[in-house]
Amino acid sequence: MTTAAAPTRNIKARRTAYQNVVRTLKTAPISAWFGMIVILVYAILAIFAPLIAPYGEAEVVGKAYQFSSADNWLGTDQIGRDLLSRLIYGARNTIGIALITTLISFLFGGTLGVAAALKRGWLDQGVSRIVDAFLAIPVLIFALMMLAVAGKSLVNLVIILALLDSTRVFRLSRAVALNVVVMDYVESAKLRGEKTSWIVFKEIVPNILPPLITEFGLRFCFVFLTISALSFLGVGIQPPTADWGSMVAENKTLITFGNPAPLYPAAAIALLTVAVNFVVDWFLHRTSGLK
Amino acid sequence: MMATEKKRVKGEVLLEIKSLKIDGLSEDVWNPIVKGIDLTLRRGEVLGLIGESGAGKSTLGLAGMGFARPGCRISGGSITFDGMDLLALSEEQRRALWGSRIAYVAQSAAAAFNPAHQLIDQTVETAVTHHIKSREVAESDARDLYKRLRLPKPETIGERYPHQVSGGQLQRAMTAMAMSCRPDLIIFDEPTTALDVTTQVEVLAAMRDIVEQFDTAAIYITHDLAVVAQMAHRIMVLRYGKLVEESTTRDMLKAPTQDYTKTLWAVRKLHKPESISEDIILRAQNVDASYGGSIKVLDNVTMQISRGSTVAVVGESGSGKSTLARAITGLLPPSKGDIYFNGKPLPRALDGREKDTLQKIQMIYQSADTALNPRQKIRDIIGRPLEFYLGLKGAAQDRKIVDLLEKIELGEEYIDRFPGELSGGQKQRISIARALAAEPVLIICDEVTSALDQIVQEGILSLLMRLQKDTNVSYLFITHDIATVRAISDEIVVMYQGRVVEQGPKSKILSPPYPAYTELLLSSVPEMDPDWLTGLLKKRSEKTRVNA
Repeated sequence: MTTAAAPTRNIKARRTAYQNVVRTLKTAPISAWFGMIVILVYAILAIFAPLIAPYGEAEVVGKAYQFSSADNWLGTDQIGRDLLSRLIYGARNTIGIALITTLISFLFGGTLGVAAALKRGWLDQGVSRIVDAFLAIPVLIFALMMLAVAGKSLVNLVIILALLDSTRVFRLSRAVALNVVVMDYVESAKLRGEKTSWIVFKEIVPNILPPLITEFGLRFCFVFLTISALSFLGVGIQPPTADWGSMVAENKTLITFGNPAPLYPAAAIALLTVAVNFVVDWFLHRTSGLK
Repeated sequence: MMATEKKRVKGEVLLEIKSLKIDGLSEDVWNPIVKGIDLTLRRGEVLGLIGESGAGKSTLGLAGMGFARPGCRISGGSITFDGMDLLALSEEQRRALWGSRIAYVAQSAAAAFNPAHQLIDQTVETAVTHHIKSREVAESDARDLYKRLRLPKPETIGERYPHQVSGGQLQRAMTAMAMSCRPDLIIFDEPTTALDVTTQVEVLAAMRDIVEQFDTAAIYITHDLAVVAQMAHRIMVLRYGKLVEESTTRDMLKAPTQDYTKTLWAVRKLHKPESISEDIILRAQNVDASYGGSIKVLDNVTMQISRGSTVAVVGESGSGKSTLARAITGLLPPSKGDIYFNGKPLPRALDGREKDTLQKIQMIYQSADTALNPRQKIRDIIGRPLEFYLGLKGAAQDRKIVDLLEKIELGEEYIDRFPGELSGGQKQRISIARALAAEPVLIICDEVTSALDQIVQEGILSLLMRLQKDTNVSYLFITHDIATVRAISDEIVVMYQGRVVEQGPKSKILSPPYPAYTELLLSSVPEMDPDWLTGLLKKRSEKTRVNA
């Protein structure tokens, strides 16, 4: 039927997953590379803490309040524990707990958000209004109050923070899922007679994943900062467990004597937050085409 | 900067484009989109640019303003507008020309208007910000333009917001906006593509009049030949960024010289002999349906579909065509009346229906982009109904998928691609394969060809007809395109405002005497005759005079 032939086009060979990753990494800006390297270093420190740290987590190695020396590179804390070792163990505790908390909040909030977008009606209305109520109260104050009621334990800390954070996740996943549930392919799956779980996990979730992954990075930072703040206030991770927030709290007075001890854990917190944000920014630009 | 500085002389060269080359960026590589095109436009002349999508016609049209879309660059050639080299001007100088001397009318007026401002504010905005007119003068001029464009209540319509007027009215308001500075050149980019045929006629007539009244030069971009035949003095046919043929409208319609142009002209070669069997597979009986309860979108609809035949549902947008499909599929349960499938009433709501009923009624959507999950491979898209309804797994499923791919004239190599890697026509073929995989008795086709180019449409329609011959499937074919209906239907249902105006065999519906609405609908379909619009308007005005 058509007479003029279409210009020939070189059909590219299919790229493998590995090639895709390499190709993507090649285009990463310096800030993203910086972020990824920092995160990688933190992850190695957290995973291999017992092998890397020169001393034990709660081991008293010398006198209190020592400045840095050949034995204790960053000096010692208020009861003579090695600051460097505690900093390394702190990575494990702070990051690990923040990661678990964020995961729980995403499982809970994300599932509810997609379900609300799909079902609409009373489920959507009910959950949305409850979430609105939660969002009206500042997270830190709410967390302090609930921890005071429930008691300070690690499990309580994780559950309370996950619950509070899941309200934000619910908001986002509901909003992005609303754009996907109106797509014809979702309608087509309904017409086929598919079950709700199939529609959610096969049709909707793959399409809302990029913004959710981005949000995961940001949420992780917030949770991690909140945990540090709670620890600083004394209701977060409890001694003798090493944690950056409480390390800042324990050594905070030293700054007046010219001892930089409280700055190390504070810098560790700041550096990780910046690094995660760099990576997340880059990912967001790539997946959304945002400039 | 005033448009009236210089005396306008009709016939003088206004825009001259010489060996223009434009590149587009895709996957970090610059690919040519427009490959050396010359174009000359004189004052008072309307030039039609025609071609399928990807031909570079919009890109060329925008280049007439000295503008390249983001991701495009003008890599060669020259653009001279009224003696000025547009490419040599600074961004600032070009911006001063845009709106005041060169105006642009986009395809979707709904997307081009700011929903938060009144029409008149947006109509006069350019004239006022370019300091061409004072606000009072511009507003009274806008009301005059509304009147010339035959908008209802021209004195007050400007106070409305975009959502308070219809699509056709909004398109005319956008033409008024483009006209408010009396530009030397207007670029119309598919301005009536999104409109119903009945509305299209009014908009075309209004646009043609106003361009003639002010001796404005215009570039009219479209893929619809019959439309361009009404509007343009001269036509350029583009393909793959190159000029195929150029001549005056009458010459080109009479004697196209290039083979490609001839294929564009000879659309709708398809013809299906009418055949209606006695075996009724689906019947809607006195069906009412509404969204939210108050207004009936379907009002006492009765229609039927017989086995192996194609029933076309026609009507303008808002007539309830798509709602009928939703009622049949159970997505919108009817508030009254029943739908019988194979003689048995179907449960009204989707939830109550059995899996094998769902299997027998399949649906194909207008836009394959939203009908196929972009994150699933073709293998999964076609494979799912095979597994879900027929229980096919593993190698048996793969064999069947390849089988289906061959049926829709695509090869095995497509099995591991994502929808994003296919063209529009190929995606629609995948949708067809997915519907076919369920081995249905009835396929509901909701405007399945309206988003596609003419030649691609032809391919899809002939595929659907061949599949019908092979599998004896019935189609409920929803469309607003009468030419398509003529080509492929056995029976026609005409709908208007939620009611069925008439149902009957094609030969009966498409021949006189018509009910009033059917006649309006049929007479509004543009024909390949440059005098068609003039003739139609004359006929209609005579009729109203007789009636009055």
